[in-house]
Amino acid sequence: MEPMRILSPTAILGYGFPDASLEEGMRRKPDLIAVDAGSSDPGPYYLGAGVSFTDRGGVKRDLERLLPGAIAAGIPLCIGSAGGSGGEPHLAWLLDIVREIAREHALRFRMAAIHAEIGPDAVRAADAAGRLHPLPPAPESSPAEIAATVRVVGQMGIEPFQRAIDAGAQVIVAGRAYDPAVFAAHAVRRGYDRGLALHLGKILECAAIAATPGSGSDCMLGTLDATGFTVETLSPARRCTELSVAAHTLYEKSDPTKLPGPGGTLDLTRTTFRQVADNAVRVEGSRFVPGPYRIKLEGVRSVGFRTVSIAGVRDPVLVGCIEETLAAVRERTFANLGALRQPSTLDFLVYGRDGVMGPLEPDDLRAGPLPREIGLVVDAVAPTQAEANTLCATARSMLLHYGYPGRISTAGNLAFPYSPSDFKAGEVFAFSLYHLIDVDDPCALFPMELEEVVGDAGIEEVAP
Amino acid sequence: MTVRLRDVAEVIRSKNSGPYELTLDVIFRERAMYERFRDARLFTPELVARLYRIPVSQVLGVVAFDPAKAVKATIVRPVASGALGDRDVYGAQQHAPLLGLSFELDGPDAVPPGEAPPC
Repeated sequence: MEPMRILSPTAILGYGFPDASLEEGMRRKPDLIAVDAGSSDPGPYYLGAGVSFTDRGGVKRDLERLLPGAIAAGIPLCIGSAGGSGGEPHLAWLLDIVREIAREHALRFRMAAIHAEIGPDAVRAADAAGRLHPLPPAPESSPAEIAATVRVVGQMGIEPFQRAIDAGAQVIVAGRAYDPAVFAAHAVRRGYDRGLALHLGKILECAAIAATPGSGSDCMLGTLDATGFTVETLSPARRCTELSVAAHTLYEKSDPTKLPGPGGTLDLTRTTFRQVADNAVRVEGSRFVPGPYRIKLEGVRSVGFRTVSIAGVRDPVLVGCIEETLAAVRERTFANLGALRQPSTLDFLVYGRDGVMGPLEPDDLRAGPLPREIGLVVDAVAPTQAEANTLCATARSMLLHYGYPGRISTAGNLAFPYSPSDFKAGEVFAFSLYHLIDVDDPCALFPMELEEVVGDAGIEEVAP
Repeated sequence: MTVRLRDVAEVIRSKNSGPYELTLDVIFRERAMYERFRDARLFTPELVARLYRIPVSQVLGVVAFDPAKAVKATIVRPVASGALGDRDVYGAQQHAPLLGLSFELDGPDAVPPGEAPPC
């Protein structure tokens, strides 16, 4: 079996890579360029609002190198979790960038767009049929919460990608995907072992984060054969070591040896890591254990609109009684505003006390010396932006002039770093669905469209 | 022998494992030290619960991973990532309590976190 080379240019499309690393990677004649374009890590906002957490300029910069490079080399380019969250607006956003580059560089290729947004009817039907399972420790979702969910995506496995390859697509742009699938789909279709291909994908999806020194903006190359795979860096500034690659297996996972995904579990109990060159590590023994075919769903609901105000406190008297002062300001703010529409919440983040860890903070700062200064964020969330603005402004002005006991500094309690002092953060979302859904057909939830992209002459549709 | 965790670990970090879990990694410098820690079973769910002031039921597991010379604990996030009241959307700055940990390697019990030197 001929080795298959897979080039991962960057941890997340838009995070960038040195041109020299990409050139070195292309000199190795890769069989595939694959890249992960998203994550749920930046939180629920981006899925709900339909925008990417990655920057358009950064994504275009990366794709302007990858797309012409792949077309010139005659190899496929495979992109997963388009637009960061992989819903409909995110996919459309990335497809638009791809078409724009195709026009600017006069490129021609067949492109597959694979959708990953799941409609509310499909979620309700699965729930009613007992095919929707919460993924502990995520809570169960009530039918009301499912109804309030504004957008749901499913993490596709390798099969929808393979269907696109079968249809002759050279460029595949997919919505939300199981991260390793983007890298493994072509290899499994060519007959490479599924466990090895998925484990390679698991490492490559973060590119040079698995190297030392680690970087989210540099390339990695994986070479897969019948008995294992090798990962190597493409920049002289980094190396893959047994430790860096093995340690990456821990990253963002609760159990490093059993990694569940669509259609089964990646079992790394017998995996070995061996240094084979100064910058390369050989991995063997990873196995795929087939199980029920389940797709992970991510859904969010709206919880209102947010306005924040940022300020510092340097006065030692106020620093010493900040907790009592904030409690009093909260009470008087709500008393002043009268009956607020619900849900309305007012929160104060106190940096220098427990702004970072909140309830997990083990240190009792009241027992130790006072901090010299503290940073405050006034965080107001209400059903509309106007109501959030009012709640934030009332609390902010109240706090600015609040007469706490022992006050010496009577001109104002807060140091605002900016004018304006208050910032509209827009709509606020929360995860409302984090479930597994049973499927019979791995492709059924992920419809595909094919498009002949003719960069110098517009676009012709072809039948799927 | 009293051993301070940050003196024998190369990496101490926290990160989300999905929006509802926080996972804590300790990667040791030396394999021998890793094996002593692992075999003494010093890094326990009870220790993690005490350290973060959460019930033991909120500690989902503590595992050792030989290839990386690492031990890892996973806890339930008190607030889901990005939900109202969350303070660390990526969960990347929740590791500090581990930095102050010291262990008595010859004895069976870890030093309680309150007695550990401040980090």
